[in-house]
Amino acid sequence: MATINIEVDGKPLEAAPGTMLIEVTDDAGIYIPRFCYHRYLSVAANCRMCLVDVEQAPKPLPACATPVTDGMKVQTRSARALDAQRSVMEFLLINHPLDCPICDQGGECELQDLAMGFGRDVSRYQERKRVVPDRNIGPLVRTDLTRCIHCTRCVRFGEEVAGLRELGTLNRGEQLEIGTYVERSMRSELSGNVIDLCPVGALTSKPFRYSARAWELREHRAVAPHDAVGSNVCLHVAQDRIMRVVPEENPDINEVWLSDRDRFSYQGLYHPERLTEPMIRDELNGLRPVDWDTALRAAARGLRQLREAQGAAAIGALLSASATVEEAFLLQRLMRGLGSPHIDHRTWQCDFSADAEAPPFPWLGCAIADLEHCDAVLLVGAHPRTQQPMINHRLRKAALSGAAVCRLVDMAYPCNFPLAESILAAPSALPVQLSAILQAASSAQPDAVPDTAAGRIAAQLAAGQRTLILLGEGALSHPACAALCRLAARLAEVCGGQLGVLPPGANSAGAWLAGAVPHRGPLLSAVPQAGYNCQQMLEQRLPGWLLLGVEPELDCLDGRLAGEVLREAEFKLCLAAFDSEFLRNCADVVLPIAQYAETPGTLVNIEGRVQRFAAAVPPPGAVRPAWKVLRVLGNHLQLDGFEYRSCEEVYAELADGLQQLQPGSGDWQAPSATAAGRESSRPHKQQLERCGGPGMYAVDALVRHADALQQTDGGGDAIVRVSAESCQALQLQGDRVQVQCGETRLVLPLAVAATVPPGCVHIHSAHPDTAALGPPATMVRLSRAE
Amino acid sequence: MMLKYVRQYLRGLLLLELFRGLRLTGKKMFEPKVTVRYPEEKTPQSGRFRGLHALRRYPNGEERCIACKLCEAVCPACAITIESEQRADGTRRTTRYDIDLSKCIFCGFCEESCPVDAIVETRFQEYHAERHEDLIMTKDKLLEVGDRLEQQLAEDRAADARYR
Repeated sequence: MATINIEVDGKPLEAAPGTMLIEVTDDAGIYIPRFCYHRYLSVAANCRMCLVDVEQAPKPLPACATPVTDGMKVQTRSARALDAQRSVMEFLLINHPLDCPICDQGGECELQDLAMGFGRDVSRYQERKRVVPDRNIGPLVRTDLTRCIHCTRCVRFGEEVAGLRELGTLNRGEQLEIGTYVERSMRSELSGNVIDLCPVGALTSKPFRYSARAWELREHRAVAPHDAVGSNVCLHVAQDRIMRVVPEENPDINEVWLSDRDRFSYQGLYHPERLTEPMIRDELNGLRPVDWDTALRAAARGLRQLREAQGAAAIGALLSASATVEEAFLLQRLMRGLGSPHIDHRTWQCDFSADAEAPPFPWLGCAIADLEHCDAVLLVGAHPRTQQPMINHRLRKAALSGAAVCRLVDMAYPCNFPLAESILAAPSALPVQLSAILQAASSAQPDAVPDTAAGRIAAQLAAGQRTLILLGEGALSHPACAALCRLAARLAEVCGGQLGVLPPGANSAGAWLAGAVPHRGPLLSAVPQAGYNCQQMLEQRLPGWLLLGVEPELDCLDGRLAGEVLREAEFKLCLAAFDSEFLRNCADVVLPIAQYAETPGTLVNIEGRVQRFAAAVPPPGAVRPAWKVLRVLGNHLQLDGFEYRSCEEVYAELADGLQQLQPGSGDWQAPSATAAGRESSRPHKQQLERCGGPGMYAVDALVRHADALQQTDGGGDAIVRVSAESCQALQLQGDRVQVQCGETRLVLPLAVAATVPPGCVHIHSAHPDTAALGPPATMVRLSRAE
Repeated sequence: MMLKYVRQYLRGLLLLELFRGLRLTGKKMFEPKVTVRYPEEKTPQSGRFRGLHALRRYPNGEERCIACKLCEAVCPACAITIESEQRADGTRRTTRYDIDLSKCIFCGFCEESCPVDAIVETRFQEYHAERHEDLIMTKDKLLEVGDRLEQQLAEDRAADARYR
């Protein structure tokens, strides 16, 4: 593209025509002060702080809203420019309170910095300052609106990035206020970003409030551990404690944003339920704290005794999909060294019949940044807004730039961008609908495609140049997961697109690659004998269990079965970070392990990017990183290959393989004619099909212990949601309802929701009150609560 | 040459230097004394004297300190340790405010940096400790010193106000 020449402060610069002056100077390292301008937001030009002196212009011009023109001569530090900046600063400070000493932004405040650099030293203003009452906008963001300088970054963020117009400006001129208009909480899953955007202390973090000063904090880079995106974060540490988490810019992954889940989950690290000592079960006293040596000996003895009595295959291992690559690798080496092939991390899945056809690791189908350039996307059972917020952000950008994003889901979570088509179907109808789309897409005569939602989706997908089919958690945990995968793969083939997956957990890809699946060894190596997957382990009621970071009743798809099996099992070795009722009642040996900021490790995200990070803070009490615990346990069991001195040495074994690995979409069989199955019939009119996965803030143990997140609406709740028709048909009344599933009867709160498909009931899993109901996609009966 | 030795000899023989010294002694003996009999007597102190630290309160009993941590940041000896939180009434308060007197160099920067005149150095200098931990002034101790000396602290600051 042709460039034009301009001159800034006597320095010749080249720029693309049409770019704004401030972008050019930023790239050239010439600083122009600004408040309202932000690289990732639209230009508002309302703070006027970036006024610069342009030759032949009658007045100073705002650099953020002045496009460059050929031969432009700009002075950023001339007397006229400095005078303009100083005057703007004086206006901004008229109403800004002098409460810097108690303001959390103090020390990292853009207003403070620019007042030092560009303001006057004395205020000439004697009159009273304006006072604005604070608004309560939820448990995450605190407002101090008197400090607001009306840059409207937060307002533009809501409209342009979060897709929810939650904050707005009320009134005009001096009466201008930022607010939600009707007092309510912010519900965006990205709401925490307004804290970073606010140049002053008007919007600050509630959990961080008053706990530390910017200059006391040390920064450590890390990778967020809750979704498969692997957002880059900076951990801010003071006195060996994580004080807050802020995003680290990475244009390929999270740009400059961070989801609330990744931002506020650090609170879970300091939850009172955090385990700090190893414990073993005693016949008389139950669990009692012991030293590490005793605990590790007890663990090794338990595993060895079970192996001698019932064979190694009696032991199964489950690990969290957020465990690091090193932990997954060592655990699979330990299990296979013991002689047991049973290891799995896919606790959310129940249909494993297509394991052999699966790709090397769950892959998105393209790079995260390339999602923006897709022009037709079909989400199958995926709720990226709650499960992978940064993926949703990219999809939203794609949709706003014209892509047709369609979805086929069993729960219509509100979407923050326009959907081209949306099919809401009962879980049992998902394969039927997907197969209808496939049929329409593969029909020889495009004109003959019926004008149904499925037909229109097929047409959109076929028309797209860059088509992507994404299988979400709803598809992966579906009882007919294999059929859905095969149908989707065929559909992608027919439309000339890619197939991608959105697996739960931060390290699904890493767990596959480290060999924490029953049918594949590390780096796709073959295993002599395929072990049981998670579902089989539970169904076979294995007597020995090794759990790493898994809370079985909440993390397993069928929490009821997992609870039952583990209660009956003979020996349970739990590597866990948080105390729970399950541990207190059942575990035989509990080894407390470090969480993400406390252990070094590696995570592989869904685009196959390997990201390593170091520990930022020491773990509390006697807690040890899980890789060390597994290493020493391996030594106690006298297994080979556990002579590591550092986490790097563990990684080094996999490093080359991980770097060379090529992602793929899998080698799926053609779907059989009966793959679609049939929509399940309802034998009794009071029976409804249950849908629902874990809530946004219930995906793993750490998030479940983050208090501020649990106070928001986004945490999984135990509410029974049914459509208005079902509610009427079943004559449900009041705010509670009895739910019956098999032998279990529970009384839970009831709500009517239009987002639930007819004939279905939505109940979140991964909630202590609903775990007894068993897995989703089963039949439940609703009746009036007595 | 010879004369010089004779003069020196006579001066020594007649104890002239001794009498000259005694004359000064005698003079000083009847002049008013500049030394004081400490601790019964004390020398006058400047209102700006920098002695033991104190945390002040407002007249209504509320502690002044708002945990802005400027004193902690400015302290050249890193003698101050502060931890803060949001108190139940929503205000910013310290949960811990320690000054290690064995590190402190009594420069007065903490007092100068304080936006609310909370941390001050009193005129009180007669403290001692036998163990190191007694030299660590905790928040309670500092507030107690402040309460004890509040009247004088207020007067000194009022007198100094026009120069600040």
